[in-house]
Amino acid sequence: MFEIFGIPSTALFGQLLIGLINGSFYALLSLGLAVIFGMLNIINFSHGAQYMMGAFAAYLLLQYSGIGYWPALIVAPVLVGITGMIVERLFLQWLYKLDHLYGLLLTFGLALIIEGVARNHYGSAGLPYTVPESLQGGRNLGFMFLPNYRAWVIVASLTICIATWFVIERTRLGAYLRAATENPSLVRAFGINVPRMITLTYGFGVALAAFAGVMAAPIYNVSPQMGSELIIVVFAVVVIGGMGSILGAIVTGFGLGVIEGLTKVFFPEASNTVIFVIMAIVLLVRPAGLFGRGG
Amino acid sequence: MDRAADPLLSVRAMVLAPSKTIAFVVMVVALVVAPFFTYPLFLMQAMCFALFACAFNLLIGYVGLLSFGHALYFGWASYLSAYSAKAWGFPPELAILTGTATAALCGLAAGSLAIRRQGIYFAMITLALAQMMFFFALQAKFTGGEDGIQAVPRGTLFGLIDLHNEMAMYVVVLVIFLAGFLFIYRIVHSPFGEVLKAIRENEPRAISLGYKTDRYKLVAFVLSATLAGVAGATKAIVLQLASLTDVNWPMSGEVVLMTLVGGLGTIFGPIVGSFVILLMQYKLAIVGEWVLVIQGVIFVACVLLFRRGIVGELANWLRIRL
Amino acid sequence: MRTTLGLAALAAMLACGTANAQQVNVKIGVLTDMSSLYSDIGGPGSVAAARLAIADFTKTNPNVKVELISGDHQNKPDIGSQLANQWYDVDKVDLIIDTPNSGVALAVTEITKQKNKLFINSGAASSDLTGAKCSPNTVHWTYDTWMLANGTGKAIVKTGGDTWFFLTADYAFGHALERDTMAAVEANGGKVLGKVRVPINTNDFSSFLLQAQSSKAKIIGLANAGGDTINSIKQGAEFGIVKGGQKFAGLLVFASDVNALGLATAQGLTLTETWYWDMNDANRAWTKRWQAERNAAGKFPTMVQAGVYSGITHYLKAVVALKSAADGKAVVAQMKKMPTDDPLFGKGSIRVDGRKLHPAYLLEVKKPDESKYPGDFYHVRATIPAEEAFRPLKDGGCPLVSG
Repeated sequence: MFEIFGIPSTALFGQLLIGLINGSFYALLSLGLAVIFGMLNIINFSHGAQYMMGAFAAYLLLQYSGIGYWPALIVAPVLVGITGMIVERLFLQWLYKLDHLYGLLLTFGLALIIEGVARNHYGSAGLPYTVPESLQGGRNLGFMFLPNYRAWVIVASLTICIATWFVIERTRLGAYLRAATENPSLVRAFGINVPRMITLTYGFGVALAAFAGVMAAPIYNVSPQMGSELIIVVFAVVVIGGMGSILGAIVTGFGLGVIEGLTKVFFPEASNTVIFVIMAIVLLVRPAGLFGRGG
Repeated sequence: MDRAADPLLSVRAMVLAPSKTIAFVVMVVALVVAPFFTYPLFLMQAMCFALFACAFNLLIGYVGLLSFGHALYFGWASYLSAYSAKAWGFPPELAILTGTATAALCGLAAGSLAIRRQGIYFAMITLALAQMMFFFALQAKFTGGEDGIQAVPRGTLFGLIDLHNEMAMYVVVLVIFLAGFLFIYRIVHSPFGEVLKAIRENEPRAISLGYKTDRYKLVAFVLSATLAGVAGATKAIVLQLASLTDVNWPMSGEVVLMTLVGGLGTIFGPIVGSFVILLMQYKLAIVGEWVLVIQGVIFVACVLLFRRGIVGELANWLRIRL
Repeated sequence: MRTTLGLAALAAMLACGTANAQQVNVKIGVLTDMSSLYSDIGGPGSVAAARLAIADFTKTNPNVKVELISGDHQNKPDIGSQLANQWYDVDKVDLIIDTPNSGVALAVTEITKQKNKLFINSGAASSDLTGAKCSPNTVHWTYDTWMLANGTGKAIVKTGGDTWFFLTADYAFGHALERDTMAAVEANGGKVLGKVRVPINTNDFSSFLLQAQSSKAKIIGLANAGGDTINSIKQGAEFGIVKGGQKFAGLLVFASDVNALGLATAQGLTLTETWYWDMNDANRAWTKRWQAERNAAGKFPTMVQAGVYSGITHYLKAVVALKSAADGKAVVAQMKKMPTDDPLFGKGSIRVDGRKLHPAYLLEVKKPDESKYPGDFYHVRATIPAEEAFRPLKDGGCPLVSG
């Protein structure tokens, strides 16, 4: 095949596709963060830990209840989402009136607790979880071998991302949510239970993280530190995309996945710093982020 | 809204309060006497971290900017101080200066980028920049990567004082710490400091009064980074090593924890906080597995119940300002 | 009357005197990672191993009184260094053992030399500890990067794996592993077809695995550790690397990593270790005791933890021979003079550069249906004799080696 900058095009297309797959994880995770921040103005530093909880839940469900991958895709996010709602009711609700940074500090502390407990109980090496039977194997696309599971990842995350965007930006429920953030007392006056909406929204954001965790379990090592390794990159993605923007999170997530994938081909040593470099450039040119609403 | 419960919102500025002078004297006496009762190396390390926390507190407590990547300045100053002492044979005073200068430069670069945003965005940017520099440290040859820079010579200060003598080293660290502390005190209780606090209270109003707030914030940022650098550079000479731990984000998190526990926005809070957290780390080191969890619990407890921190609560109870 | 009293007093004094002369007091500190990445490899398991070693030794040597403390260096050289200083200066510790982290180990070796105490490193891999950074107060037990690289590299080339592609973690440790393995492969007639440097803690290896796949090398060498190794292998399974005929060579793999992967994914992986719990009856018996001591029936000891047991046993023998633990350098010299012999590592010796010598074993991960019980992970494919397993004395650059 032909070559682009010295790399055979087969390899290039392969890497692009892989970048899209990675981008799916970035998109899913930054979507959850964007939902929580956009709606609640909370920086959810425990997002990485909740992603890890999703993966662990998938493992535990399989280990102790024989619940396999497919049902776990629903059950795990629901379970972890419920813990999220408990966290919101117990801890976060007292912080809304305070400076935003307290929310960040509290969720940071929670992340430490969750990760520490998981490590004390399960060790640091990791837990086994395999790709479900129905998704094993792959097909040879000519320019690369695409595992079926990876194709599923792209499809599933695109679906969830688009569905979430649609609900928040285009439905009445989403409109209520957005209104409730801007002017809670007014929305309350209309008879809408604002605190409950906020709790549910936080739970939903956490569930999104857990869903990403279940999706990650078969291919990434299920370890207590899996979230903290990922979370900083996801924060950079969210900053680039614009912190309150749902669309921004999705597009930037996929986009950055692709860019990172390309960097891995041309300049592998820089592949984990490229996202931060882009963030610095974006901040110089467009401080609000690519899709941000300013502030 | 309980203004008193949120130390970031309280305004009163008192310049020379007798309570603060007393507290200062108590602190100096305690630090002079302590090495005869407690292991001096631990005290020296604690003082370095205390200075680091005070530098961090300058930004969050008095300007209202949460820097979540302060390890950048601490760590890189530590590296350059260690490297210049070991590979270039610098005497300790030059090594510390080199480290400090490095931190100042990094602070200038990072600050000019980060200042463009406020609040949470500012925090996120500082975190991401720190991560970028962490990866750079990981791969750069001179930092020794995972091994770090080891066996850093303590050298002879000004060609006169042999720093291998623990007591001599202790006195030097004490002087550096007190100098840094007094410098911060001076910044906070000066016209410049008043403007900073005004910016924290209400930036648009400060702008409307004619202050170029971005410039003030940048200066404060660079000062904070530089002082963090002094702490890091000194630590490298004291412990004779510099490692990735110094630039990694848990270190940034720890300095936040130290300041939070001690008392955000109080001048003595970060010092108390750093001693407490360091003590806890070593006591828990014997117990082992629960360090992270306990740190997390303290974070959560402080944010929910104990927002003023140790010094803040004490000051509130005694109705003084510390 | 006075004479009787005098004689009685003299007798009493002599009795006390002799008793005191025989009583030897030793304090040992296990400095390890209890709460972070290496807690499975060393951690509480190392402390359990230490307790077993002390119990076994004092049973046959009742005049030796050993005190044991432990501490968590949390993988931070600062904390490790502070603890080491404090233990030596304030707590009067004579021996520090374990330290699964090269950064901490290097700091401790320096401090130990300054204070003339003793350091047995069982956990860290850096071969610099017996090379450029060697010390008359340090003994490097269990394993090091050179042994791993050479053991695995050479043995695999000899069994037909002669073309290699490296996936290297882009930091000093990864580079060292890659460099040493490449040297071993090429010295034995193999060829390195390519390599790619991957940032540490990379989550997703697909791009790099694709490159390895297209190189068509028979062996994909994983010059990384921990989560990176696990992710490489896990994702390799997804991309059908092993099914496609290529094999993985794990350059630093522990049983806990194999556990995390599960045998289905890890099967066929080749690696080198110096101790495996299921290799012989003595090891199995000791493992049962370790599990009871640790109160963890489902866990299995690693070679690092076995090394702690073995190291303390030999150290105490040397201390008894010298009747004192005070002079670290002297005790190390004694340890080098005496051949080692313990139920776990068998017979061996300590070289002048501080390197403990014992055989290494090439292991292959079993298929799931070959594993009969929990912990049954490996086939033992080959034994590398002690003289070949470790870096030749002259190549290390250790100042203690004359000539």
